[in-house]
Amino acid sequence: MAVNDYFKNLVNIPKTFVESFIRHGKPTSERARSQTVMSNIFLHIHSTRIHRYTLKKTFTFGLGIIAAASFFILTVTGILLMVYYKPSVDLAYDSIKDIHYVVPSGRFIRNVHRWATNIMIVSVIFHMARVFYTAAYKETRSFNWLMGMALFVLTLGLSFTGYLLPWDQLAYWAVTICSNIAASPRELTDLLGITHFIDPGGLMKVLLLGSEEIGQDALTRFFWLHCIVLPFFMVMILSVHIWRVRKDGGLARPDNIKDKDLKGIAEDENAKHVFENAPQKTYGLMCLVKGKSPIVGKGPENTIPSWPSLFITEIALFMLTFGIVCVLAYFFDAPLKEIANPAVPENPAKAPWYFLGLQELVSYSAFMGGVGIPTIALLGLALIPYLDREKQTLGRWFDNRTGRRVARNSFLYATAVTIALLAFTVKFGWLRNWYPDISQAVIIFINPGTVLLTFFVVWSFHCLYKYDSTRLSAIALFTCFIVSFVILTYFATYHRGPNWHFYWLKSQWPIH
Amino acid sequence: MTSLQQTVNKHDMEIESISRRDFLTSSAMWAVATSMSFVLFGLLRFPKPALFPDIPKIFKIGKPEDYPPGSEKIFEEKKVIVRRDAGGLYAISLICTHLGCIVTKHADKFECPCHGSKFDVRGKVIAGPAPKALEWFKVSQLPDGKLVVDTMKRVPIGTMYSI
Repeated sequence: MAVNDYFKNLVNIPKTFVESFIRHGKPTSERARSQTVMSNIFLHIHSTRIHRYTLKKTFTFGLGIIAAASFFILTVTGILLMVYYKPSVDLAYDSIKDIHYVVPSGRFIRNVHRWATNIMIVSVIFHMARVFYTAAYKETRSFNWLMGMALFVLTLGLSFTGYLLPWDQLAYWAVTICSNIAASPRELTDLLGITHFIDPGGLMKVLLLGSEEIGQDALTRFFWLHCIVLPFFMVMILSVHIWRVRKDGGLARPDNIKDKDLKGIAEDENAKHVFENAPQKTYGLMCLVKGKSPIVGKGPENTIPSWPSLFITEIALFMLTFGIVCVLAYFFDAPLKEIANPAVPENPAKAPWYFLGLQELVSYSAFMGGVGIPTIALLGLALIPYLDREKQTLGRWFDNRTGRRVARNSFLYATAVTIALLAFTVKFGWLRNWYPDISQAVIIFINPGTVLLTFFVVWSFHCLYKYDSTRLSAIALFTCFIVSFVILTYFATYHRGPNWHFYWLKSQWPIH
Repeated sequence: MTSLQQTVNKHDMEIESISRRDFLTSSAMWAVATSMSFVLFGLLRFPKPALFPDIPKIFKIGKPEDYPPGSEKIFEEKKVIVRRDAGGLYAISLICTHLGCIVTKHADKFECPCHGSKFDVRGKVIAGPAPKALEWFKVSQLPDGKLVVDTMKRVPIGTMYSI
């Protein structure tokens, strides 16, 4: 009788609903867990099994997961902040004040949003350095290095567009500076006398601000970029990035792994045999894909199930990130200066700390420091996997003893050159101090920034010839960039005061 | 002749080698690509505003008698300084040509707080990263005797409006 069936089905709804929702039963067996990882859209971005080396703490330090975790925290707190934030020139500043002083737990959420940004930027940079120094950008992983570069740019773009939203003095003047950096190709077109016909700098500025000056249009565009466009691309490319890690054969690892490298990492008895031929491993696309599985004949498979080992690590790293962010947010408030005043600039008007290295370069030449050198650096980074194609052991910090030596020498060289050049510039000034009538063309092409760049390129070619290795040359150049980035950032943060003058200590700043 | 004939024959064969299905599929795909690229091309103009918000570029600065020789007046909101000396009246922009901060006036020079550019009393760069001198704007007089500064019209350094 259909009526009986009807009532039986009605009674069974809780059970049948759960069955329709979870298709592989309770995750009590390894098989059920693997099937869940494989068929769940969110979990299947992981492979079902990972190599034990993946979980070696001193190999990755969990930096990628920390970056992704902070992005997750930023998304959640960002969505919460949007409830009270009003993207209008007249209301923005007051709404941030409301969030800070009136909205229940608003201040804490804003602080978390601010601190998670800092954690994300630091972890993204460290993650990039980890991938570089362990040679994990090679062979199949070249394209994922590019995705990583895109994520790096998006991270900086997101934090920068968020900077304008409070509409305070800090925001207004940082964005003034930055939009004029976008317009700085005018320095070149002015020299050639073609600004009247072709003005790429002016076009970029107008596209960014929606006007020639910072106003409601700029705020609307920055809000749009910060809350819709950039997060959208971030989520898309982040998904590709993580998916490709899986598809490129998991995290990079050496061919011969010593037992002591894997000490303390979970193991699986079933995965201790050597893999001989491809068909033993079941691939869904077997009939369409040519070639062997990447791990065939490469020693014991040595994998463990992602669930639980990898998932527990991920959750632990997320909690660690969240914990650090919460502690910082509890003790240190996100800054909020006076409301934006277009007539009086902040003195000194400093960008957020991660842009201060660039601001130091910009104080030599707007075009070279703000557009030229960053473009060259980003292009250089993006081309690394295509210029350095040497076969080598992957997954070891600095490869071997020679790699360590080159990295150490480059570190010393870059430190010495950067500090010497900064000291020289502070003490003696630069071309315009000696020849007041010098042409801007000379300043654009010969300034402390380009000199630094030349020193680094020369050093990297020196290493290329000396060691006859593109990899070691890349290590030399990358180390130089990282070192100078850190030193310039430190220098501009602590030793630049009002009027961008040099001071040993902040306490020596003149009192207004 | 024969080689031409061969080429033609070969060409014919190549044409014949496309099946109707392949041809139609290919045409359809190219139609999609073409129309979508036209859409994209049309949208390229979208983000560039056709009109800017109405920020007044021309403003009145008072009457000639407000400016005795040797006097000067700063229009903070307009970011302009107006001076009168022996040669006449002139207006200099206070926006730093480096990255758009507002320069501070000192006795005999202008200093930018952002990256330390320095300009002499006539706006010429004397130190720092600024690529060019502070801009000079055109000063003129209306029929009713009032003076106006036009920030859309730049004039060479040293151009003065004699009263």
